[in-house]
Amino acid sequence: MSWTPSERQQERDAYRRSRARRSTAVAVVSTVALVAVAVLALTSSPGWPRVRASFFDWEVAQESFPAILEGLWLNIRVMAVSAVLIVVVAMALALARTLRGPVFFPVRALATGYVDVFRGLPLILVLLLVGFGLPGLRLQGIPTSAVALGTLALVLTYSAYVAEVFRAGIESVHPSQVAAARSLGLTRAQAMRHVVLPQAVRRVVPPLLNDLVALSKDSGLISILGAIDAVRAAQIETARYANFTPYVVAGVLFVALTIPLTRFTDVLARRSGWVGAQSSLAGGGALR
Amino acid sequence: MSPGRLRDPGLQHPPTLDPPLLSVRGVRKAFGDHVVLDGLSLDVRSHQVVVLIGASGSGKSTLLRCIDLLEDVDDGVIELEGQDITDPRLDANAVRARIGMVFQAYNLFPHLRVIDNVTLAPRLVHGTPPEQARADALAVLERVGLAAKAQAFPDELSGGQQQRVAIARALVAKPAVMLLDEVTSALDPELVGEVLSLLTELKSTGLTMVVATHEMGFAREVADEVCFLHEGRVHERGTPAQVLENPREERTREFLRRITG
Repeated sequence: MSWTPSERQQERDAYRRSRARRSTAVAVVSTVALVAVAVLALTSSPGWPRVRASFFDWEVAQESFPAILEGLWLNIRVMAVSAVLIVVVAMALALARTLRGPVFFPVRALATGYVDVFRGLPLILVLLLVGFGLPGLRLQGIPTSAVALGTLALVLTYSAYVAEVFRAGIESVHPSQVAAARSLGLTRAQAMRHVVLPQAVRRVVPPLLNDLVALSKDSGLISILGAIDAVRAAQIETARYANFTPYVVAGVLFVALTIPLTRFTDVLARRSGWVGAQSSLAGGGALR
Repeated sequence: MSPGRLRDPGLQHPPTLDPPLLSVRGVRKAFGDHVVLDGLSLDVRSHQVVVLIGASGSGKSTLLRCIDLLEDVDDGVIELEGQDITDPRLDANAVRARIGMVFQAYNLFPHLRVIDNVTLAPRLVHGTPPEQARADALAVLERVGLAAKAQAFPDELSGGQQQRVAIARALVAKPAVMLLDEVTSALDPELVGEVLSLLTELKSTGLTMVVATHEMGFAREVADEVCFLHEGRVHERGTPAQVLENPREERTREFLRRITG
């Protein structure tokens, strides 16, 4: 291409570059100022030396790190197993609610009732009821380990949320898609399987990953049943050193675990094709 | 299958002697208090192109959706090849599989490539082996001039191309009748021609079609019979020359005046 920008365009570009430099400078200054104020406010507070000693002890952090990391590995495994189970159960629930016909009335009613109940129950109550109630039944085949019961409670609660995400996705597919599929002779089930679900699942991937982030944190709640996960390990280390630093270490580890997930969600949500019509704005940048 | 479909179109009796391929008798359809079809009757014979005209809301789309069993009729009978398809005991999926429907907004499946849009029904509904379904799909895409776009996704195509894919998708199962619901209304004026000339070509192969349209030029050129829908019934019917050039009914004249400006 033999195009060279006109003088007017060069002048515009120069102006934009100078604005960009100015914006960067302003951002740096304001960030530094904010951090400085926050640090100053923290360190100049009267109790700071004691807080630093009991929450930010580098030696305790180093000593307790391996145990907490091992606990985190349990969180990761619980999260992975429950994520798979949640997606399966939630999809079954969402599909059950789309069934038509009088035969399926009990299935529909059960699925609706299940979602209503488990969306309303606080997770911590479900954990306590499942964790201490189920083994009390002394039934054959019911697991008694805190990890298995904790995972079960997570699956019970989260599949209710995720079922609603799937259902929203299914309902977001325009009825004309179903009309087109049915007009070709596809059955209701075939239309769901081959036309509605593929589109629905693509649309709900960002909110699903969002729930996965929440799950990764809530996996720490199984510690109340006695499972030695990162939170429980931090508790033990805290007691051992009579110092709260292990909690901070566990917190940092959880954040480090969820940040990649969060960023991945953002990227997916932005990627064209996932969000349909909005993709035409991608790359357009902010309007002046 | 009626004898009319097997016969070579060149050797057929005058159309009036054929039993109707599709017979709509006294069909009523209401949405709440709004009566859209009020005892409408209409016969379509094999190889005939029947064009439905009428104001927006006159029931053209509703009639086509009732014939394709996408809506249940409130009363009346629809017969396809002598079989009452409004009988609730009938397998509606099997009936729909014998009818091709093309929608105003194309309704292609956006997550499937063009070829997969066309092979979906043959594979799932008609049990065609994948290789055969693929060959059939490519052949019909060739007919609509889009074999080169087989691997494209619908949103990579122009509106006219998408509508031609939708026609191919309906055509591939060799339907007894094609229903076309304002298939050019969503297209840019310059793209209308490519779809209409495809329909003209399909008529020449003897395909039976019921076409709802606002394109009076197309109706004049292609229709064997034009039906003017008004107040939920066929208000006036006849050859394009009769209905479009010399309408007997005042309502028809008024409608034609309005749309031709």
